[in-house]
Amino acid sequence: MSLQLIIVAIVGIALSGVVGILLGKSVKCKQALTTIIVLISSVLGLVGAFIGLFSEATSFKFFYWPTIGGALIGLDELSAFFLIPVFLIGGLGAIYGMGYWKLSEHIYSSQKLQLFWGFLVAGMGLLLIGRHVFSFLMGWELMAISAFILVMTEDEEAECRKSGLVYLIATHISTLTLFGFFALWHYATGSFVFQPIGEGILQPGMLNALFFLALIGFGLKAGMMPLHFWLPGAHASAPSHVSAILSGVMLKMGIYGLIRVGLLLPTPPSLWGTIILTVGSISGLLGVVFAIAQHDIKKLLAYHSVENIGIILIGLGIAFLGRTYNQPEWVALGMAGCLLHVWNHSLFKSLLFFGAGSVLHSTGKRNLDIMGGLGKKMPVTALFFLIGAIAISGIPPLNGFVSELFIYIGLIRPTALGDPHAIGLAMTAPVLAMIGALAAACFVKVYSAVFLGSERSEDIKPVHESPKTMLIPMAILAALCVAIGVFPQYVTFILESIIHQKILLNIIPLKIYSFFSLGFVISIVVLYIWMKFRPKKPKEALTWDCGYAKPTSRMQYTATSFGNGFAIMFEWILHSKVHKTKLNDVMPGQVTFESHVNELVLDRFLKPFFRKTQTAFSWFGRFQQGASQNYILYILIAVLFLMAMLVPYNEWFLPFIKN
Amino acid sequence: MINVFNSLLVMILALNLLALGSRSILSVIRIIAIQGILLGILPLILHEGLSIPQVVASLTAISMKGVVIPMVMIHAMKNIRIKREVEPIIGFVPSSILGAVITGSAFLLSNQITVSTGGYENMIIPAAITTILVGFIQLITRYKAISQVVGYLVLENGIYIFSLLLIEAIPLIVEMGMLLDLFVSIFIISIITNHINNAFSSLDTRRLTTLKE
Repeated sequence: MSLQLIIVAIVGIALSGVVGILLGKSVKCKQALTTIIVLISSVLGLVGAFIGLFSEATSFKFFYWPTIGGALIGLDELSAFFLIPVFLIGGLGAIYGMGYWKLSEHIYSSQKLQLFWGFLVAGMGLLLIGRHVFSFLMGWELMAISAFILVMTEDEEAECRKSGLVYLIATHISTLTLFGFFALWHYATGSFVFQPIGEGILQPGMLNALFFLALIGFGLKAGMMPLHFWLPGAHASAPSHVSAILSGVMLKMGIYGLIRVGLLLPTPPSLWGTIILTVGSISGLLGVVFAIAQHDIKKLLAYHSVENIGIILIGLGIAFLGRTYNQPEWVALGMAGCLLHVWNHSLFKSLLFFGAGSVLHSTGKRNLDIMGGLGKKMPVTALFFLIGAIAISGIPPLNGFVSELFIYIGLIRPTALGDPHAIGLAMTAPVLAMIGALAAACFVKVYSAVFLGSERSEDIKPVHESPKTMLIPMAILAALCVAIGVFPQYVTFILESIIHQKILLNIIPLKIYSFFSLGFVISIVVLYIWMKFRPKKPKEALTWDCGYAKPTSRMQYTATSFGNGFAIMFEWILHSKVHKTKLNDVMPGQVTFESHVNELVLDRFLKPFFRKTQTAFSWFGRFQQGASQNYILYILIAVLFLMAMLVPYNEWFLPFIKN
Repeated sequence: MINVFNSLLVMILALNLLALGSRSILSVIRIIAIQGILLGILPLILHEGLSIPQVVASLTAISMKGVVIPMVMIHAMKNIRIKREVEPIIGFVPSSILGAVITGSAFLLSNQITVSTGGYENMIIPAAITTILVGFIQLITRYKAISQVVGYLVLENGIYIFSLLLIEAIPLIVEMGMLLDLFVSIFIISIITNHINNAFSSLDTRRLTTLKE
């Protein structure tokens, strides 16, 4: 039943964009029609996924498929868990897109966007229910290619084309690695079906090869450091709701792949868990450090995705180590943190991208340093963005705190109980704490620069609050963030059904936590109502006055100056490039200041490497003249060379030599 | 039967040389059309007993290679009104001689390839190799886009002759797929030819090098 619902949903979403294309140019309501189809399908899919979450048995379905023999799809709790964000953000993003990327404003790209939005969501759905290499890879490629086309929506801009190209290369490396993984899988198990490998069947070398191929292939898609290089550019260039689904949902497909592979492989050696934990810590820390140094709001959010993937990987690492040392409690806490953070990140990251899109939609700007004071003009967006910012910083009473709490307890509790293997875990806890602190600092910077203070530049076009189609999806996401934060015990039931252990509530007193956070939320609401309706209205005055007689809005702290304190702390890795004019006069003229931070992997390693390779092979350019005749000549030479092997040299020429 | 088969192949080889030596693009297209028709007849002779799918396959090949594709190309020619000469890099006589040399050496070398298909192979393999290489020569030495299409067709004909070796093994659907591929590509090239003409006011493919990065 649940699987059938999900199949119907996937097919419906995949075909939604086709409807708009078939309708022809004159029909005005086709964008709404497409959105409605996506919505209905998403609701069906969500219902199916929730039924799948709570049903004990795993359902399978076998499809006859010519040339490959057959494709198996199936639904278990893990697939259902990951399907929920896919359908949720898939549906909400489609509504958001109606306001953000209107058909009337973007005649050429809007339909393309809707078509590939449907393909992207359907691809992710297919890969999540795939239980056979072919159905999985088909979904994977559908997702990857549609995402490329979505990133390239604004392909008239050079920066967009550049980041699209980087993404395309990265995703193909990822798929190629997965091809290698599945080929090795077939070699090792003799089958293309996802079936767990029993203990002691394969050699450790083979298992290591499988694991590392999976880690690279899925890690590239998940955006873990140092394989994140495609992520900031691609997520910043795409339209905001596309960034939301890429960042919030598509990255998680890499995490899903890692978890799935972890379930299929036998008990892991401690090396695997340690590597995931280390990579997670590095991604988390460097992700947030690079985020602080960004000036572009969407790039900043993209780096925060790297950070959150790091946190998710830390949880996964705990679970891997728990399996190694046969500690079901570690597995439970690590997996609970990892999975819940997958949900949470898909909620608050989508919310933040929707919020950033809302700002971008109304101001047309992405640079943090020239925005300001938007809170008064876009109060609803500001509120939702604030909720997302608190959630992502892991501050109670919102959802980000709950998942990080699981991971914290997973890191600290083993040491507290005196487990000798848990030293590495305890050492990761401060890293996680630092990530949380830096994330909070970063969002203080973003929120104050964008929504507080006063406007920095006068040329901003009249700012307006976003239309309802954009605000409603944000409201739903914000409500879900609050709901998970306030009532975590109900989500815990879902998590326990996936990890098949009912110990989370015994370890963590979530009911008491829920009581306090509910009280906290209620008191905030009461305080707000009292502020709103109190008889004595507050006085209006300038912000950032600082005692100047004639303050201008340019005297405010900019986002860059706010973040500079942290940037200096991490200058050893950031290497920010500063271009400024020197002040050497008592009365200096106009001065300029500009700073930017290069991407760690892309700009500092990959680009120089490829540039050097290009110079080394520049002599080859003379063979590439652009004339098709020459190319065919090369083929002919190769053919003739191969045919020359047919010449019976001995028979023909030996007699002459002998004579 | 083998005599009829071999004489058809000889005619195909002669048409190759004729195509290399003709000056007008229209007559080259006609030569290739005749070659296509002859190729379509070949599998009918090769089989002992005829079945309906084989007849259908042959008829489709004949109508495609002998009628439809040449008509598409002649239509494209009419639209662009170019000078209807071939304009090769190397002259007509040298390229004919080159074709003859290739034919000779293909026959010399083909003894080295051993396949068993009931005695037909002693002609099939050299004919196929020759036709493929002649196609290559046309592709390399002709500058006009439309005469490159001709080269491509000849090349495909050579591959078709090779596939006669596997006539029992290749299912009908694959053959139909190959024909469809061919038709679609010729169709597209004919359209592109038109666009090249519009964009560069010439069909000389050397102009395309300006598109190089």
